[in-house]
Amino acid sequence: MKDLSRVNNPYGDDKIIDACSLFGMMNLSGIRFSSRDPVKAIANMHDRGNGLGGGFAVYGLYPEYKDYYAFHIMYMSREAKEKTEKLLNESFDVIFHEELPTKEADVRDPPLVWRYFVQPGRSKPKSQSEDDYVVKNVMRINTEMGKAFVFSSGKDMGVFKGVGFPEDVAEYFCLKEYLGYMWICHGRFPTNTPGWWGGAHPFNILDWTVAHNGELSSYGINRRYLEMYGYKCTMQTDTEVLAYAFDLLMRRQGLPIEVVSRILAPPLWTEIDATRPKQRHFLTTIRQTYGSLLMNGPFSVIVAHQGEMIGLTDRIKLRPLSAGVRGDFFYLSSEEAAMRLVSPVLGKAWSPRGGEAVVGRLESRRVLEVLA
Amino acid sequence: MKSYLSPEYIVERDQDRCIRCEVCINQCTYETHYYDEEDDIVHSRNENCTNCQRCVVFCPTQAITIRKNPNYYRENANWTQEAITAVKKQAETGGIILTGMGCDKPHLTYWDRLLLNASQVTNPSIDPLREPMELRTYLGAKPDRLEMETEEGSIVLKTKLAPQLSLEAPILFSAISYGSTSIRVHESLARAASEFGTLFNTGEGGLDRRLYKYGGRTIVQVASGRFGVHPEYLDIGAAVEIKIGQGAKPGIGGHLPGEKVSEEISKTRMIPTGTDALSPAPQHDIYSIEDLRQLICALKEATNYTKPVFVKIAAVHNSAAIASGMVRAGADVIALDGVRGGTGAAPRIIRDNVGIPIELAIASVDQRLREEGIRNNASIIAAGGIKSSAEVVKAIALGADAVYIATAALVAMGCTVCQKCYTGKCPWGIATNDPWISKRINPDIASKRLVNLLRGWSLEIKEMIGGMGINAIESLRGNRLHLRGVGLTDTELRILGVTMAGD
Repeated sequence: MKDLSRVNNPYGDDKIIDACSLFGMMNLSGIRFSSRDPVKAIANMHDRGNGLGGGFAVYGLYPEYKDYYAFHIMYMSREAKEKTEKLLNESFDVIFHEELPTKEADVRDPPLVWRYFVQPGRSKPKSQSEDDYVVKNVMRINTEMGKAFVFSSGKDMGVFKGVGFPEDVAEYFCLKEYLGYMWICHGRFPTNTPGWWGGAHPFNILDWTVAHNGELSSYGINRRYLEMYGYKCTMQTDTEVLAYAFDLLMRRQGLPIEVVSRILAPPLWTEIDATRPKQRHFLTTIRQTYGSLLMNGPFSVIVAHQGEMIGLTDRIKLRPLSAGVRGDFFYLSSEEAAMRLVSPVLGKAWSPRGGEAVVGRLESRRVLEVLA
Repeated sequence: MKSYLSPEYIVERDQDRCIRCEVCINQCTYETHYYDEEDDIVHSRNENCTNCQRCVVFCPTQAITIRKNPNYYRENANWTQEAITAVKKQAETGGIILTGMGCDKPHLTYWDRLLLNASQVTNPSIDPLREPMELRTYLGAKPDRLEMETEEGSIVLKTKLAPQLSLEAPILFSAISYGSTSIRVHESLARAASEFGTLFNTGEGGLDRRLYKYGGRTIVQVASGRFGVHPEYLDIGAAVEIKIGQGAKPGIGGHLPGEKVSEEISKTRMIPTGTDALSPAPQHDIYSIEDLRQLICALKEATNYTKPVFVKIAAVHNSAAIASGMVRAGADVIALDGVRGGTGAAPRIIRDNVGIPIELAIASVDQRLREEGIRNNASIIAAGGIKSSAEVVKAIALGADAVYIATAALVAMGCTVCQKCYTGKCPWGIATNDPWISKRINPDIASKRLVNLLRGWSLEIKEMIGGMGINAIESLRGNRLHLRGVGLTDTELRILGVTMAGD
């Protein structure tokens, strides 16, 4: 790989480029591929991060265990591991567990990370859905076990993340060994929260994953709105509210992405007023009802769950996002250059407009643009 | 009885400048000035002066200066001038001391101890001169979720929202009753609200039929006296407000003296000319929360569920619990009026001692409704002495959907907050319905001044929220992370739900 430490400015006072990097790559036919291209692409955006966080979410990761919830859990103390495993054994049937294989790499103070394949045990109340039961237990582990944190809790997927540049995190977690049909990658430049392993992106709950670049000016109210629906924001980061917002709107309320994108990044009132009466009523009602979930301020985000990858930016596009398609491959990237690096020839490459979602779906094998 | 009180103000007249035009004499409704023909000189009766500044503004040669009377009682931190004067006044009259406008004491303002945030580096501030900046606000109950279904490939809404009111900025004109003011004031407010795209509130005295054409921009109030409440009145408004209390006088009613009940007022209020209009302290059909529910339901039935019903209370000690009950009783909008809220007339002792600051009330009510998961079910309007756009921004960041302004609106029309509204002789033509004095309000000019005020504040609000990196007001609402406190105790910070500056 190119020597990224070489700089032209001998005084070492190069402008700090303040940004995170996002890269998402999906095979729309569901064919699994290696980490080679995703890692190469995210490494190309090295300067958008500062070495305080990098991570990957991989879908189609555990076909042999695809019926079980796969928990990736990090521990900062032995005691937390014991407590957590006690809870896991009480609440779930643990099918298989092991420490995640790692190797020496340039990452900072790695914690212990284990994976568990589980299914809800007998203690699950009948009235509660399996998903809700898992969410409740993940919240318990994150808030009650002390130094334990759940990286991911979906089926047939997993999150690998840590403090370091993404290419180093990939090396540390031996990502070369894995295959997946969808890879969500993130390089982090934390400004709001200290860099710690749990705080690296992507964020995950169940099979929902969010990787985010930006800072939400609306965080305060987004968070207070979500708290009314039982979410506990413990991570001191605005990405968490994006993840919970997607969970609330898409999983719990069952709203389609076409609607969700207009909740998070609604059209301006002047644009709404200019639409036909039916559409105006529709958009006005959405904005009236979900105004507290408008994600204001700069963001671009990649959201993924089993079979779907979504790219979205804030409504005035204060953070970058490019999209590209080549054959069955669908790309989302902070910078077009990273896409071009792994796929010099693209069937289609474009910059989605602010607030317009780009969606790749496995079953339809096509990319959908949600236009306002 | 010889009065031991001395005049509060001294009128000084520069005799070199005075041209004996007698404008001051004509302008002062308290008969402070008089012309002495023999000496060809204008004199003043200082004891009548309220320092309303009417004569000062209208004197064509700027000959008049009003000064605070330098004759003070011996300084005493406890027995202040005000305390001694009040005791003497009551010793001479045996009555309650009346006043007008909001509490004038300094110790209850939290706005000045809350500071706003702005974006630097990590998050771009947004320039409202170059980028869209949205202040539009909808008031009314919102559902917790929207149900949708797909019909022929397109998404169709199943949920129907309760009635909503649209505002171009989160500022409404608060209740000012017809009777305490003239139709000219009401017309000015109605026209300004219509032109700007907000709402005005009739107050408890009904709405003159000549103003029905502004009904779409009118909140019709139903108060304890039920003056002027009839089916057509309810139908004409955009919303109905049940007035339980008022920040300037929580727990007590109102009294419009008979001499103010003219022919016009009598028609609108539906009481005989010249009779006192007494508003009872409570609404006598509301002695409990379940009674409130009945009135809310009755009003919704009467208006066929086409308008939001507001309930307005004075901010008092357990506002949060009361507000929760109000929301559960079916209020679509709850209006909270803080201790600095204005009035046309209130006992001074009540005004200055009863109620709590609006800042704390907004914070605790918003938080309580969220904890109970019912914040979506009602909008919150904050009222009570809001005097700048920064206070609007702070109120919304604390959790209000919008604010009510009344004193600020009157100041825009000319009021100087001299606190003598209860005399009914307001020299600025506002707190009066005397046909001769009230002509001083020209609705063409007054509505223009009101629209200018709303416009000016809106521009300032856009600058402030743009600076925070926010381009829609809904992202400010309840967003207390954009507030920091200075000079506040831990308890105050906890109740306000904000952290200390620097933290």
